[in-house]
Amino acid sequence: MKRTGLALGLTACLAAARAAPLTVCTEAAPDGFDIAQSESAVTVDAVGNTIFDQLLMYKRGTTEFVPGLARAWRLSADGLQLTLELRPGVKFHRTPWFTPTREMNADDVVFSFQRMADAKSPWQAVAKGGFLMWHGTGMGDAIKAVEKVDAMTVRLQLKQPNALMQTLLANQFNSSVYSAEYGAQLLKAGKPELINTQPVGTGPFVFKSYQKDAVLRLSAHLGYWGSKPQFDQLVVAITPDANVRVQRLKAGECLIGANMRGETLGGFDGTAVKVQSEVGLLTGYIALNTQRKFLSDKRFRQALSLGFNKASYIQSVYGGRALPAASFLPPSQWSHDKTLDSRYDVEQAQALVKASGYDGTELAIFTRIGGSIDGRRAAELMQADWARIGVKVRVQMMEWGEMLRRTGAGEHDITFLNWAGDGDPDSFFNPNLSCEGVSAGNNKSRWCNKAFDALLARARANYDQGQRSLLYGQAQRMVAEEVPLIPTVYPQYFTAVNQKVRGFRSSPFVDLDFRGVSLP
Amino acid sequence: MFSFFLKRLGLVIPTFIGITLLAFSLIHLIPGDPVQVMAGERRLDPAFYAETLHRLGLDRPLYEQYGIYLWKALQLDLGESFVTHEGVWSEFLKLFPATVELAFCALLFATVVGLLAGVLAAIKRGTILDHGVMGISLTGFSMPIFWWGLLLIMFFSVAMRDIAPDFALPVSGRIALEFDIAPRTGFMLIDAWLSGEAGAFKSALSHLVMPSIVLGTVPLAVIARMTRSSMLEVLREDYVRTARAKGLSPARVVFVHALRNALVPVVTVIGLLVGTLLGGAVLTETIFSWPGVGKWLIDAIGRRDYPVVQGGILISATLVIVVNLLVDLLYGWINPRIRHAK
Repeated sequence: MKRTGLALGLTACLAAARAAPLTVCTEAAPDGFDIAQSESAVTVDAVGNTIFDQLLMYKRGTTEFVPGLARAWRLSADGLQLTLELRPGVKFHRTPWFTPTREMNADDVVFSFQRMADAKSPWQAVAKGGFLMWHGTGMGDAIKAVEKVDAMTVRLQLKQPNALMQTLLANQFNSSVYSAEYGAQLLKAGKPELINTQPVGTGPFVFKSYQKDAVLRLSAHLGYWGSKPQFDQLVVAITPDANVRVQRLKAGECLIGANMRGETLGGFDGTAVKVQSEVGLLTGYIALNTQRKFLSDKRFRQALSLGFNKASYIQSVYGGRALPAASFLPPSQWSHDKTLDSRYDVEQAQALVKASGYDGTELAIFTRIGGSIDGRRAAELMQADWARIGVKVRVQMMEWGEMLRRTGAGEHDITFLNWAGDGDPDSFFNPNLSCEGVSAGNNKSRWCNKAFDALLARARANYDQGQRSLLYGQAQRMVAEEVPLIPTVYPQYFTAVNQKVRGFRSSPFVDLDFRGVSLP
Repeated sequence: MFSFFLKRLGLVIPTFIGITLLAFSLIHLIPGDPVQVMAGERRLDPAFYAETLHRLGLDRPLYEQYGIYLWKALQLDLGESFVTHEGVWSEFLKLFPATVELAFCALLFATVVGLLAGVLAAIKRGTILDHGVMGISLTGFSMPIFWWGLLLIMFFSVAMRDIAPDFALPVSGRIALEFDIAPRTGFMLIDAWLSGEAGAFKSALSHLVMPSIVLGTVPLAVIARMTRSSMLEVLREDYVRTARAKGLSPARVVFVHALRNALVPVVTVIGLLVGTLLGGAVLTETIFSWPGVGKWLIDAIGRRDYPVVQGGILISATLVIVVNLLVDLLYGWINPRIRHAK
C-alpha cells in the first residue's frame, strides 16, 4: 500500500514536472510548415528541427554526421550510387487531420524527393515560390534519380561523384521526410496546400496550433524513435524586438532566447539567465570586384587587405563580439586553416598601392540599409582605413533588394557581406569564388580562376575527408594570396538560456537544437 | 438623398482605382523581385529563376499584371502570399482583429483620460494643475514610442516583479503562453472569456494594458489639448453663465452644460484618430509582439510579397473609404445643407 502511494506520488510529481512548457522567444515567424518550400533560418528552428527529421543528422553541437532516418548509408565503388538503409519503427505524427496506417518506409523518402525533383509532380504547382533550397544548395543538380530498392532501402543515382551528398542529406530543407500517405490524402481531397499549414512529420514534436505571427505550439511526439523530448510542450513566442526578448527572458516569460543581440546582453547580469555564445559557420567578408580597374591587380587587392584594421572594425562594428578572420572558412568548419594570419601593415599596403599604379580614382563601396550590423559605420571605417593608404572610396547605401541586383550584375567595386555555410567547405567556396558563381551572380568578387575551380572540383569528387581537407587547405592559401575577398570577422552568436533549462547546447549551425534539453 | 448617395458612390470608384494603382506601382517601383530577395546571396539557377517568375506571374508586362490584379480584386480575390502561400484575405482576417482590439482599447484609454485631463485643465485654468496636465500631454505627444514602451516594460513588468509581484504586468504578447485559446472571433478578450479557462480573461486584459497606454499616449495628448481649448471657449458662453446663475452645481454646469457642447470638435478629432490608430500601430505591435496588420505589411514590403502589400493596402484603404462614405452620408442625413450644397 505504502509502495503504491509512493509510486502514485512520484507519478504525480513527474506529471507536474513534465507539464511545464519550454518557452522559446524567436525573432521572426516561420514562413510556413512545409520546410521544403522555405529558406529561412527561423523556419529551421521552428519546423525543421522539431516537426521533421532528416535522413542524416548532426551530432549535437558539432558538424559530425550521425544516422537520422537513414540508419546506414553506403557508396558504390564508382561514387555514383548512394544507398540509404532506412531506420525501422519510425512513426509519423498522429494528428486531427491525419492518422497514419503504417510506419515510415522507402515510399515516403521517394515521395519527399520526387515532389521537389520531378518537374511534372503536382506538388510543383503547390509550391508557387518553387523549392528554392533544393536548387539553391545544389541538391537538384546532384541527383539523377531516386529509386526504391525495397521497403526499407532507397538508392540515389548521382550525376557525378559528389562528396557533398552527406551534407545535403542532413539539410533540413532538402532531406526532411514527409508521409507519402498524407500527401496522397491531401491530393485526393484536392487540398494539397494544407501541407504548409497542417504538417505531418516524424520529428520529436507534433504541430498543435499556430497563431499567426504570435505563438507556435508543439507537443512532444510520444512515439518518437529517438530519445523522447523531456518536456510536454514546446511554445515558440515570436518576439521581433531584441530588447523585448531580453525583458521577456528576465521576466521568465521565455526560457530560451534565440539570436540575441550582443549589445543587449548586459541586461542579464545578476539574473537567472545565462548566455551561450558560438562562433558559427559564418564569415563576414569584403568582396573586391576583380573585374574592375585597379581591383583586377592582385597587388592592389593585397594592399586593401593589409590596410584594413580588423581589430578596430570588430570593436566599432561588433562591440568586440567577433573574432578576426584570416581564412574564408570559419574555425567551426572542418579543414579551417589555423596557420593563416591577418596582418595589418599600413606601410606595406602603401607600397603595394603605389606599385599597382593606382591613380586616385574613387571606388564605390555598396552597402545595405538595415541588416545585422551598422552598414554605414562599417563602410566608413573601411573608407577611413583605406584613405590612410591613399585609396579613395565613397559609400553607397542602398536597399537590400537593390544591392543584391546591382552586386549580382557586377556594378559595384567593393561590397561586404556575411556568408553562412551548411557544414561543408564547398558551401563557402563554390558559390562565392567559382567561375559558375560569377554567372549566377553570387560571386561578388567576380573572380574566375580555372586552377581554383579545378581544385574545388577535385575536392567535390573525393569522398575522403582527410584528402579533401588538404585540398581545401590549398584553396584557402590561394584565396589568401590572390585576395579576391578579404575575410573580416567570424561573428559570435548568442543564445540566452534560463538556468532552469538543462542540457541546451548552442549549435555551430546557429540553429536551435532541442535534443537533450530538459526542464526540472 | 438617393442622388446624394449616388454622387458619393461615384467618387468612391475612382478613389478605389487610384488606390490599386498606387499600391501596385509603389511596390513594383522598389528594386528587387521576390524570388531574388528570397534567395538572398544564394545561387539562383537561371532556369529555376525564370520558371518561378513565370509561376508567380511576374514575367508578364506590368500593365498585364495590374489588369489581372484589378480584375481579381473586383472579384474579391487578392491572391496568396509569396512567402507563406496563404490567402491574403485569410492572413488579413487572422491579424485584423488584433489590430482593432488594440486600437479600440488605446482609443478608450485616450478618450477617457484625455477628456478628464482636458476638462480639469480648463476649469483650473492658469493653475499648477493646468500647466502640469498640459506639460504632461505635450511630453506624451513628443515621446518616442519605442523608448516609452521599453520604459514601461522595464518598470511594470521587470522591476515590479521585485517590488510588488502581484501588480507586475506581462512583457508582451496577447495572453500568457500557458493559455492555448482557440480563435473564435479573433478578439483575444472575447475568445478568452468564451474559453471559460480560469484566469484567461484576466491574462488577456493584463496583456492589453501597456500596449494600449503606449499606443494611446499621443491621441490622449491630442484629445486633452483639444478638450481644454474647446471647454475654455464654451465656459465663456452666456448659457453657461445662465446655468451658474440658476444655482446649478459646478459639476452639473461643467459636465452637462459645457462638456456636451465642447465635445463636438473633440469627437471629430477622435474620429480622425481612428484611422491613425489602425494604421500607425506598427511600432507598438513590434515592441509588444502584437500580431497585427501593421507589422504584417511592413514585413511584406521587406520581402517583396506583392500580393500581401497590394491586398493589405487595398483592404485597409477600402475600410477607410467605407467609413468616410458612411460619415459623409451621416452628415448629409443630419444636415440637409450638406446634401444640397453645390
